[in-house]
Amino acid sequence: MIATLPPAESWLERFPLLVRDWITGHLPESLGWLAVSLLAIVVILAAFGLLFAYLTLAERKILGRIQNRPGPNRTGWFGLLQPFADGIKAVTKEDVVPREADAVLHFLAPVLLVAMSLLGLAVIPFGRHLLAANLEAGVLYFFAAGAATELAVFMAGWASHNKYSLLAAMRALAQLISYELPLLLSVVPVVMLAGSLSTTHIVDAQGGWTFGWIPHWHVLTPWGFAGFVMFMIAALAESNRSPFDLPEAESELIAGHLTEYSGFKYALFFMAEYFGMCGLSAMAVTLFLGGWQAPCAFLEFIPSYVWFTAKLLTLLLGFIWIRATLPRLRMDQLTRLAWKFLVPLTLLNLANAAFWSLSAGWSGPMHWVRWAIALTVVVGPFLLLGRALTAGVAPRTYRYA
Amino acid sequence: MAIIPLERKPLSLAERTYLPAILSGLKTTFKRLLKPAETLEYPEQRPAIPPGYRGVPTLVRDPNGREKCVSCQLCEFVCPPKAIRITPGEIPADAPTAQVEKAPKAFDIDMLRCIYCGLCQEVCPEEAIFLQNQYSMSGYTRAEMVNHKDRLYELGGTLPDQHFKWDKKKAAAEHGNAH
Repeated sequence: MIATLPPAESWLERFPLLVRDWITGHLPESLGWLAVSLLAIVVILAAFGLLFAYLTLAERKILGRIQNRPGPNRTGWFGLLQPFADGIKAVTKEDVVPREADAVLHFLAPVLLVAMSLLGLAVIPFGRHLLAANLEAGVLYFFAAGAATELAVFMAGWASHNKYSLLAAMRALAQLISYELPLLLSVVPVVMLAGSLSTTHIVDAQGGWTFGWIPHWHVLTPWGFAGFVMFMIAALAESNRSPFDLPEAESELIAGHLTEYSGFKYALFFMAEYFGMCGLSAMAVTLFLGGWQAPCAFLEFIPSYVWFTAKLLTLLLGFIWIRATLPRLRMDQLTRLAWKFLVPLTLLNLANAAFWSLSAGWSGPMHWVRWAIALTVVVGPFLLLGRALTAGVAPRTYRYA
Repeated sequence: MAIIPLERKPLSLAERTYLPAILSGLKTTFKRLLKPAETLEYPEQRPAIPPGYRGVPTLVRDPNGREKCVSCQLCEFVCPPKAIRITPGEIPADAPTAQVEKAPKAFDIDMLRCIYCGLCQEVCPEEAIFLQNQYSMSGYTRAEMVNHKDRLYELGGTLPDQHFKWDKKKAAAEHGNAH
């Protein structure tokens, strides 16, 4: 029976909608719109709260395994209760506010950070029918909300009245503003090709398959692949994750802007970091990995939200994997990477996407020419820039007094 | 010693463009992920102590059950951090080992002072004090961290003796010297 229905209408696909309608059915008509919005908020908070809890555990487990140790395994089966133990600890801990600190800003910073990190999740289409707010300019909204987190980080550093915090806040601003540019520029081609700022339209534009098994995801085009890689690099930097974790570099800055935070406020910062990571990964999935679209036509019977979750988790595990691998960059290397490497490449990528869009009608042998040109524009500048930027860096010369 | 000049090669293209190097790093960490953990879950699993390990100093008995220490106090004198405190005592004349004459009345080793140097073991003429494989000492008070005589014998146990020096002395005193 299910096979005869179009995938969009299958029972599994509509399941979240059915639950929602069942709940709102108990309420008077006039309150329906409010209940629908509140439900979306509650579901996002619960789902991402739980994801945050288990992501911290997964991170600790995976980092542990990569360092040939078991990771947390005492609380519950395989350490599965560890996030809750951590939560109880964070809540019951004394909340220390320095005497010289600006008490209002010191309190406001973590709250604002979490709020701003959560805002972006509203425009992510988690499934065919799962979208909290269908905004015309969803992508714009997402990055505007994300940019406000920089303010919160600086607020935390400034309000703490601590030199490490302030230094970290300066670093954070320099880093976040530097990487805001490549982040946005790597998204522009997607908006250009899809012709819309709405996340639903961008996902719809990536629907369909060539021969039934090659999806039309943006990541599978030359400009899309380059854009995806650069987006992920910038996303790593934007979410203050290793190897770009300079704002909270433990070995240099104690804990950076978190130095004067303890207890639940510290946990809020942690939560915001993971929400930011989830938000950017979800955006990457939406923009480049086809959102909730299934990779092959015959796999469409699996509901769209499952596909979205799978893609999201893959990216998040990638973040953890990268954290376990790469050492932290130096401040000058960090900004050099953004301004001299990523910004030129994203600008070129924009031109590349424009060419891809213009050559959409090419067929036959010209199809191969199109791919060749687009690939050259991706690989060529990358190699040239990589060579040019490392000229004189190695081999290192050793001079002794 | 020969000087080995290291050749500092210029970076290859793969190294200069970062991404291949990063991918090989990711490969390395992924291989680690699949390997078994090399740590011990400490309180349940204990590390194997290699022979010759110098742990907590202990007092030992000989196979006949006689306490070997004769309270000569050499270890007390040699101890660099002055961790050992001995109160000598007499062995009563009717005891089976009366020929030894002396044994410690009290023997305290302050483990907060001990530096595990092993000089007490080295200096002991009776082979009575040994640093054995006990590696974990803990307590809630300073007093708990002082090992008294009974605790030292409990930790030390019995070690084989090659000489039975005092039995020979007794035999010599009773039957005349063999040589």
